[in-house]
Amino acid sequence: MADTDFDIIVIGAGCAGAIAAYVAAKKGKSVLVVERGEYAGAKNMTGGRIYAHSLKRVFDDYSEGEITTEDIPYERKITHERISLLDPASSMTIDFTSDELGVDGRDSYSVLRAEFDQWLAEQAEDAGAEFINGIAVEHLLKDDAGKVYGIEAGGDEITAQVVIDAEGQNSLISERELGNPRSKRDAMAVGIKEVFELPAEEIESRFLCNEGEGAAMLWAGDATHGYTGGGFLYTNKESISLGLVATIEDLSQSDTTIYQMLDDFKKHPSVAPIIKGATLSEHSGHMVSEGGYNSIPELVFDGCLVAGDAANLCMNLGYMVRGMDLAVESGRLAAEAACDAIDAGDVSKAGLASYRTKMDDSFVIQDLKTYALWPETMENWHRMFTDYPKMVGEIFNSMFVVDGKPTQHLNKRIMPIVKQRGLFKLLGEVKGALKAL
Amino acid sequence: MKKLKPITVNVDELISLNHYNVDEENAHIELDHENLDEVDDTEFQKLVRVCPAALYKVDEEGHKSFDYAGCLECGTCRICCEDTIVKKWEMPQPTMGVEYRFG
Repeated sequence: MADTDFDIIVIGAGCAGAIAAYVAAKKGKSVLVVERGEYAGAKNMTGGRIYAHSLKRVFDDYSEGEITTEDIPYERKITHERISLLDPASSMTIDFTSDELGVDGRDSYSVLRAEFDQWLAEQAEDAGAEFINGIAVEHLLKDDAGKVYGIEAGGDEITAQVVIDAEGQNSLISERELGNPRSKRDAMAVGIKEVFELPAEEIESRFLCNEGEGAAMLWAGDATHGYTGGGFLYTNKESISLGLVATIEDLSQSDTTIYQMLDDFKKHPSVAPIIKGATLSEHSGHMVSEGGYNSIPELVFDGCLVAGDAANLCMNLGYMVRGMDLAVESGRLAAEAACDAIDAGDVSKAGLASYRTKMDDSFVIQDLKTYALWPETMENWHRMFTDYPKMVGEIFNSMFVVDGKPTQHLNKRIMPIVKQRGLFKLLGEVKGALKAL
Repeated sequence: MKKLKPITVNVDELISLNHYNVDEENAHIELDHENLDEVDDTEFQKLVRVCPAALYKVDEEGHKSFDYAGCLECGTCRICCEDTIVKKWEMPQPTMGVEYRFG
């Protein structure tokens, strides 16, 4: 096999890239990570929360007991799940907490990517991977047959046996160099987020959480003024991440800009008290893939694999959002497949095909497949974002408002509100949603 | 497309909290006409709605403006309009652009 500068070059030091580099370095390969931010995480943004299972397995399998959950710079363990239906005039929130939410292997944590990604990169570096920061990969080097054999960045050409593209959601290399399709406007959302600093005790008292624990919260309805999308909140150690996600197609036709939506959301009477007195510290934006299983591009090329957000590995289920645990798993599997292919002396598409097989056998593809129908179901379920939050407000008003007039039985109060929307239509829609989820 | 409701928030103030190394020399995003009056109104209005940094603006007299300096590098304008009015979308030059301290 031809001499190359490195065994493996990884594009991007996010969750997928850093883990791919860590695993490959642990397996004894020479690894270069090219990260366009001045430091890992400088260009990254998450809602965000990571489900810890896949990261835990990576360190259990590769760190020889050196890295445990306590070492990872998580913000807070999420022990409260809140879902809210928001109408301009009302808000109905479920707050769920359970012993099972925090159990080792089923736990999830809020994270801030600037700190989190730098720590992941350090682990890869300690394992032996080299890093170039502050330079974006411009092109892939390809031979006459189209086989990838390296990268071009900052005018330099660097070669490798396998390139792992973990460039993130705005996947220029995947589209322009590998020929994967550009995501469609209705399969991609824009996320907007602001970080508000608050003392730790204040966060714990506002969210009724024990010390070090925190809450995740998702809103449907008026958060995006009825357009497809929703609001999100994650409590960090000493800050709150608050933001919106809105599907680009729907948003581009709407009557409100995404940043005005966020400002209106922050001023909603049920949201304003959450951030009252907090210091705004950062305003960020990032895309989120919403297409699910049907948006997964080609993952395996001659000499190149695609992992993480660049492969649209994200699930927005309305009541939960997952991406980073998928990115970690795909980074690991890409590295393992690349190492196996290098050892076998065949880094062609066929030689690297085990990445796709490993992915198909993993929770990543299986879960995305399970929810394959959901993105379209959600996209077309306009009443979920408009009339149903209103209906829920009317139902609870009918229960809780006392005005001194003689009252009626609950069924007489509630049924007209539901029937007005069509009981069977509602049941049908809910049944359809449950089936797609 | 629905008519845009009045914008009351000043996003320039919000993004001024961020850390940037602005590349004054190179625009990493370009539209299909340097003279913004020639850029398609409807497509531009889409970008006004979707850009989380409010880089695309239309004032009360209908004049369009675009400034890449506060870009958050999300790529939303690219997905929205690369097939119409977004002619160039590249990553900023080395060490340039936004630098998240929280993310």
